[in-house]
Amino acid sequence: MTEVDRRDFLRGAGFATAAAAVPTEASAAIARPPKQISPQAVGMLYDSTLCIGCRACVAACKEANKMPAEVPATLTGWNENTWDSAEDLSGRTLNVIKVYRNGTAEQKDHEINGFAFVKRHCLHCIDPSCVSVCPVGAMQKDAATGIVSYDPDVCIGCRYCVYGCPFGVPQFDFSSALGKIAKCEFCRHLQKDGKIPACCDVCPTGASLFGPVKELEREIERRTAAAPGTPYQFPRGKIGENRPPNAATIPTYVKGVYGEHEAGGTQVRYLAGVPFPKLGLPTVGRQSPASLSEGMQHTIYQWLIAPLVAFVGFAFLARRNLALHHDDDAPPSKEG
Amino acid sequence: MSTAAPLRRSLVTPTTLVLVALVVIAFCFLLQRFLFGLGAVANINPGYPWGIWVVVDVIIGTAFGCGGFAMALLVYIFNRGQYHPLMRPALLSGLFGYTLGGFAVIFDLGRYWQAYNLLLPWHAQLNSVMFEVALCVMAYVVVLWIEFSPAFLERFGFVGIKRILERWMFVIVALGVLLPTMHQSSLGSMLLVMEYRLSPLWFTLWLPALFVISALAMGYAVVMFEATVVSKTFSLPSEHALISKMSIVVGWITVAWLVLRFGDLFARNALPLAFIGSISVFLFWVENAMFLAAALVFITPAGRASQRASFLGAVALLAGGSLYRLDAYLIGYQPLNNWSYFPSVPELMVSIGVVALEVLLYLIFIKTLPVLHGDAARR
Repeated sequence: MTEVDRRDFLRGAGFATAAAAVPTEASAAIARPPKQISPQAVGMLYDSTLCIGCRACVAACKEANKMPAEVPATLTGWNENTWDSAEDLSGRTLNVIKVYRNGTAEQKDHEINGFAFVKRHCLHCIDPSCVSVCPVGAMQKDAATGIVSYDPDVCIGCRYCVYGCPFGVPQFDFSSALGKIAKCEFCRHLQKDGKIPACCDVCPTGASLFGPVKELEREIERRTAAAPGTPYQFPRGKIGENRPPNAATIPTYVKGVYGEHEAGGTQVRYLAGVPFPKLGLPTVGRQSPASLSEGMQHTIYQWLIAPLVAFVGFAFLARRNLALHHDDDAPPSKEG
Repeated sequence: MSTAAPLRRSLVTPTTLVLVALVVIAFCFLLQRFLFGLGAVANINPGYPWGIWVVVDVIIGTAFGCGGFAMALLVYIFNRGQYHPLMRPALLSGLFGYTLGGFAVIFDLGRYWQAYNLLLPWHAQLNSVMFEVALCVMAYVVVLWIEFSPAFLERFGFVGIKRILERWMFVIVALGVLLPTMHQSSLGSMLLVMEYRLSPLWFTLWLPALFVISALAMGYAVVMFEATVVSKTFSLPSEHALISKMSIVVGWITVAWLVLRFGDLFARNALPLAFIGSISVFLFWVENAMFLAAALVFITPAGRASQRASFLGAVALLAGGSLYRLDAYLIGYQPLNNWSYFPSVPELMVSIGVVALEVLLYLIFIKTLPVLHGDAARR
């Protein structure tokens, strides 16, 4: 399991001051209105304090999505592709568990001398950058469920989605001549058959919980409203399903819910006992990047009025000036 | 009829042979890329999905191809006919800058065999800045070939077609100014989605304006650079008198760019970030110093009068504009998960090969087609 890189969050923190949580007036004026979450949106709640780092979700994800095992170069000596040890998201890994460690790493979910787990995969943004930037519409957001899906038969492999995702999620498989983008699609192929995403299905503690975003939001409220130490029945699998819950106590959560506001909000939400930047979750402002770039583009190109006016003006001047020269290679005009 | 003529020189020279060798090396690495994937040749990675094949060959390469755009604006829109002798060489460099930029896109695309989806209306994604850039660049490549076609038509004596073309040339010229304005500004807009990943020294709502203005300045700089190199290499009479007159325009465009760049940084309160010690901050200053140096050369009479200073000014402008693009796309960008990137040797050789092919084709064209100003070329 890879450690969350410390330089990464330092960098993120330094950047946070610049990428203010609230957009500037000018950028808010140009941005198109924010997109709203669908009432039927499905999502996931990942509670870092419940995660025991067993990585059953990583293995189940690989199996459900037919992805190969990954073995870092340092482990190939003894691990002959039988044991997946993916270190991060990649063209062959859609879901990964990472660990935060500090000092003696004695206590779980403590920032100092503690450790904590974090799960990384697509957050299924309410207003996804990848969908906005894709030139051919290979990335689509389902109008009802809000699942952000990928179609390899449409994709041209430009990797603008990899470059543009504020969370660093979509990955291109550079190791193949016919590489494609890899990203979590919420196991939409399983959901079609009434099943739930593999990671939530196998999670033994309910750290990964699937369900409608509305219900997950209520669950988050219940957990954060209860006093630390209160006995609590943590649901497992899918919220509202009759699976035996995980009986434990309410931990001490850090303030906030990651994914509630980031980049215009996401359908995956995080609760944690350690500040989110320390878990390697990128510091991202509230305004969705897509709303700004689309706002600018549609302001400049609205109804193609500006380009058409410019074209007519250029054509008029070019016609007049070319006629003045008669031949295109005529001697220089007297003007200028 | 035409005052342009082919340059009567040998096609096979030590220079062209070296260029051919570089092109062959690049094609070998490209073969490797198509057989074993992008990762086998390039150092691009999850943190840096775009490397020099995108940024140098396409983003910077098309800015180098803006000579035709810049000269068409001056000659046909602002009716400065005296610069017409510079028009065809400018178009020729634009032709190769853009055609090879488009070619570079194909080998960088991970799923190139589906690239035609860009042209299928049911896949069109109108929110995507890249979609607009792709269509505009493709259209502009066609426009450039038509704009340049009189050179072929003259060479092979198709007088009738040339006459019909000339009647409609104003439409092509208008498109030849409109399309680069659109996609060069959009190359800046492509970064607007990077608000949380790009340093505030480069991220601004003015990105589209900064990109198109600097592309225009680079377009003139390419013309100045080429005119000087070509006249020196083939010992032709210097075009300096013409260039010196044109450079005042370039000077003020560069000043306008700097005012916008720093005015915006100041207004956004981002200037303090330019005083933190880091590589990207250092390159920020190098990039702007280049623009400033070029501006100083071109707006002062002494700078304009000196052929050497003007040439160095053009070089500074090309270097500054290139570095600005490199910084905005790669160096001022903060990758997640601590990835780093430096191009591999094969990756560099491919980009060098693209430039070599560009220079090679330029040399072949000026020696076989009426491109250069006739009086000079016939000597």
